[in-house]
Amino acid sequence: MSIDKDTAARVAKLARIKVEEDALPALAEEFNTILGFIEQLNEVDVEGVEPMTSVTPQKLKRRVDVVSDGDQQDKVLANAPDAREGFFAVPKVVE
Amino acid sequence: MLDLTYETPKPKVIAGAKHDWELVIGLEVHAQVSSNAKLFSGASTQFGNEPNANVSFVDAAMPGMLPTINEYCVEQAVRTGLALNAEINLWSAFDRKNYFYPDLPQGYQISQLYHPIVGEGEIIVDMAPGIARKVGVERIHLEQDAGKSVHDMDPNMSFVDLNRTGVALMEIVSRPDIRGPEEAAAYVTKLRQILRYLGTCDGNMQNGNMRADVNVSICRPGQYEKYQETGDFSHLGTRCEIKNMNSMRFIQMAIEYEARRQIAIVEGGGKVDQETRLYDADKNETRSMRSKEEAHDYRYFPDPDLLPLEIEQAWVDDIKSTLPELPDEKKSRFVNDFGLSEYDASVLTAESENAVFFEEVANGRNGKLAANWVINELFGRLKKDDKGISDSPISPAQLGGVIDLISSDAISGKIAKDLFEIVYTEGGDPAQIVEDRGMKQVTDTGAIEAALDEIIAANPAQVEKAQQNPKLAGWFVGQVMKATGGKANPKAVNQLVAQKLKG
Repeated sequence: MSIDKDTAARVAKLARIKVEEDALPALAEEFNTILGFIEQLNEVDVEGVEPMTSVTPQKLKRRVDVVSDGDQQDKVLANAPDAREGFFAVPKVVE
Repeated sequence: MLDLTYETPKPKVIAGAKHDWELVIGLEVHAQVSSNAKLFSGASTQFGNEPNANVSFVDAAMPGMLPTINEYCVEQAVRTGLALNAEINLWSAFDRKNYFYPDLPQGYQISQLYHPIVGEGEIIVDMAPGIARKVGVERIHLEQDAGKSVHDMDPNMSFVDLNRTGVALMEIVSRPDIRGPEEAAAYVTKLRQILRYLGTCDGNMQNGNMRADVNVSICRPGQYEKYQETGDFSHLGTRCEIKNMNSMRFIQMAIEYEARRQIAIVEGGGKVDQETRLYDADKNETRSMRSKEEAHDYRYFPDPDLLPLEIEQAWVDDIKSTLPELPDEKKSRFVNDFGLSEYDASVLTAESENAVFFEEVANGRNGKLAANWVINELFGRLKKDDKGISDSPISPAQLGGVIDLISSDAISGKIAKDLFEIVYTEGGDPAQIVEDRGMKQVTDTGAIEAALDEIIAANPAQVEKAQQNPKLAGWFVGQVMKATGGKANPKAVNQLVAQKLKG
């Protein structure tokens, strides 16, 4: 698999990261290096090997269904560029 | 168990300008899990709180915050799966569905694309007594809800409330087994009924706690059967997905509109584009949500913050042992044990509270009579007052008391209705009221005879007519009932009238 300039631009757009036009070829090249490494890993025969999901032997931690958090509107909104009447205020987004 | 047999309904056929067309519909229902806290945080799920009051730093996606799964939500998904006879996956995993939107602070929704917790199941969708569609369920997975954007508070800004962000949803995905708008609404109704019986979702569609994405395509008659034989979707038309429907009526209207739109395109020589559409109830039309299309590349990948969700078979068995009696079983039991018609049994089992009330009334009494009184009198009366069964001013014991008085011939059916109204509005013990207010049925033939004699004496012309035409005897019965204030036993009156008119 090879990433061209257009694909790099598309990935950047989906990730909402602004990349200048002249930086795209270098970015595409970087992607290709990463993917090349992955392809190298793909050469290893892992038939019958269970995928490792954690580096430590532990299970998914669970919580009980109790309200233990929230009620901190001011803290939640503290870093918002704009907040009004308890809401985050953002530029209009409507269908 | 369920021993009601049923026939499969015919698919809906829409006549186009050139041909007949059939519909193929699949639904993705999002049902909010009835939990206290969210799927991965300890913030409250309560509806109607101050904006952004139910938000933990996990929900707000503050850097460094990690999700911890709410075990109760997992249990509810398993419970729902078991109720739909679905396979439960003891090993499932969470994936990130990536997209940007202001009401999704993480930039991704945690969902289960590759390994859902619940696999294939089925729902019997009742269309009419004896007619039902078996709809396959493809999967149920757990995922996070997004927040809410308010667009009408300011001309240039949207306001975002994250209270809903991270609330647990079960996405219940059907197979494309639904063949008409009415079936789609019936499917959602049945699913809602099951969820409410289970208590895993409150089914409140108005608050958005249950909503459906509807996939619609059209095909020529015969094509669907080819798809069924081969499993090859190319026999079917291109589907469009109508997002976020939260009313049974709108679901039907949207499907109807969308099918006709697709038929017009195809018959006009065009091609249906696979896309996401929005239903506009004011205009009764669907329209394309182009902005969604662009973001459709979700770049799913396993969520590195969450280990796989592993559950024990013993735990699943425990949950299974606590399942309540479900609507189909209850309905079938009501038909078998109480001798009810399937229709009456459906009405009584629509909500589990109604079924509980009915069973208390019917216990030790004539089931059919109890069903008639609960459905016709009580439900009718409650509806008039816009009340639910839980607000019923008349208890099962009181209604049972009224029915006992009918069964023992102490009161007539007509008086029983008056008595019901008194108990409904004033309360009290039905038997005592009948005693105190002299409502007892007159079975004393002497008294009835006296009243009848008087009427016969006063109406010789009517007597003559009735003797020539026995159908007119009813007039005398009516007069006697009137003279006795409706308290005469109708059976006794009928007999006496027949006897006297014979001369």
